Amino acid sequence: MTTPVLDVRGLGYAYPDGHQALFGVDLHVHEGERVALLGPNGAGKTTLVLHLNGILTPGAGTVAVSGLPVTKQHLQEVRRRVGVVFQDPDDQLFMGTVRDDVAFGPANHGVKGQALESRVHDALDQVGMGDFADRPPHHLSFGQRRRVAVATVLAMEPEILVLDEPSSNLDPASRRELADILRHLDVTVLMVTHDLPYALELCPRSVVLSDGMMVADGPTREVLTDRALMAAHRLELPFGFDPHAVRSPRVG
Amino acid sequence: MGAGHGHKLHYHGHSLIHRLPAHAKVLALLGFMLTVVATPRTWWPVFAGYLLVLAVVIALSQVPPLYLVKRMVIELPFVVFAVLMPFIATGPRTELLGLTVSEPGLLAGWALLVKGTLGVLASLTLAATTEPRELLRGLERLRLPTELVSILGFMIRYLDVVTDEMRRMRIARESRGFRASSPRHWPVVARSAGALFIRSYERGERVHLAMVARGYTGSLPHTEHDSRRR
Repeated sequence: MTTPVLDVRGLGYAYPDGHQALFGVDLHVHEGERVALLGPNGAGKTTLVLHLNGILTPGAGTVAVSGLPVTKQHLQEVRRRVGVVFQDPDDQLFMGTVRDDVAFGPANHGVKGQALESRVHDALDQVGMGDFADRPPHHLSFGQRRRVAVATVLAMEPEILVLDEPSSNLDPASRRELADILRHLDVTVLMVTHDLPYALELCPRSVVLSDGMMVADGPTREVLTDRALMAAHRLELPFGFDPHAVRSPRVG
Repeated sequence: MGAGHGHKLHYHGHSLIHRLPAHAKVLALLGFMLTVVATPRTWWPVFAGYLLVLAVVIALSQVPPLYLVKRMVIELPFVVFAVLMPFIATGPRTELLGLTVSEPGLLAGWALLVKGTLGVLASLTLAATTEPRELLRGLERLRLPTELVSILGFMIRYLDVVTDEMRRMRIARESRGFRASSPRHWPVVARSAGALFIRSYERGERVHLAMVARGYTGSLPHTEHDSRRR
């Protein structure tokens, strides 16, 4: 098999205050996959995400992105390859205009001039926000800001897009629009979410992190219908939602 | 204080003053202010002249004078102080409207009032005719250190976010029956301010995290594009 885009082996991490958040996590994500990372609050999902682009340094184990180990000397390249979209778009959008915000990532990696301009243009087009380049981010709706936040990362042409709770605080229409956008992106996706129907809709494969350990890895529908597993790890489907009643997500 | 939209200083328009380059306006404001401050306070007619100059600029900018006057409430604390001065200052006494007041205090109060008012009005005119973004570009062109320009940029960007957070916290307090009507309630307001500070601080950390995740290494890249308008 080819080199996985994301290769996490035996990852362990304890916060400086001694709280152990991850206990030997293994995760492999291959090119073109869309994987949902599920788990209850406090399971260590965000801690795991922060290891993927080297914000946190593993206490044990290794992380590699397309074969490149996540270490100090590769940090800049790792951060280009791994695009993280954080939960609150207001944290991610801090420049005066949408355009400058989208340009921020690629410019940090030395893209300039016409190439930068076309990166910005393409990224905004991919999320359907092409007409908003000159607007200040705080004048956009929440759903639009979330989409721009995705564009700020797409502009870096990452190999894997990591989304932290992409559907949180969105109204149903914005939620669906974002799903349409994500489904048509030609990029590997790791999606951290509590929104289980969203995971089923978008991600053929799911992994479950609970108390710092990987406790499940399989097709999303199988994971969501495993009652014992779900109950043991505080995962609950919304009232009336039956994974059997909906179509399987398309692979790729 | 005042209306909830107090920070909306910009008045959209296309007048001559609006179209002037931002750095020219900043320099003009700076020059004007230095001149006003340096003018001896007893040159009474000169101050009238300054006001006239400002009035002409405001007329040219087509910003409604009332729009500026409303935003001048920010000067209120200084006005209070200026009014108090003749009463607290020492020195030879003089009669004014049947009250005995300090002469140097009266003069100092007058100077504070007139110079402060001219300054506030001039700054408001700049703010009303220049978009924050343009202002930042202007300061950049004036070679202000990039760190300072970035800090100002962050401030403009997050002012709305923080005011909004503050408003939500106030609504949440009031929904539980709280009204800040007496000094006994001040500790609650102070604690809210503390919470707001912590939240903003944490947001700062998250913003930094999001920047680092996109390859930020300590200096803002130049993302300006020359082919853009103006």
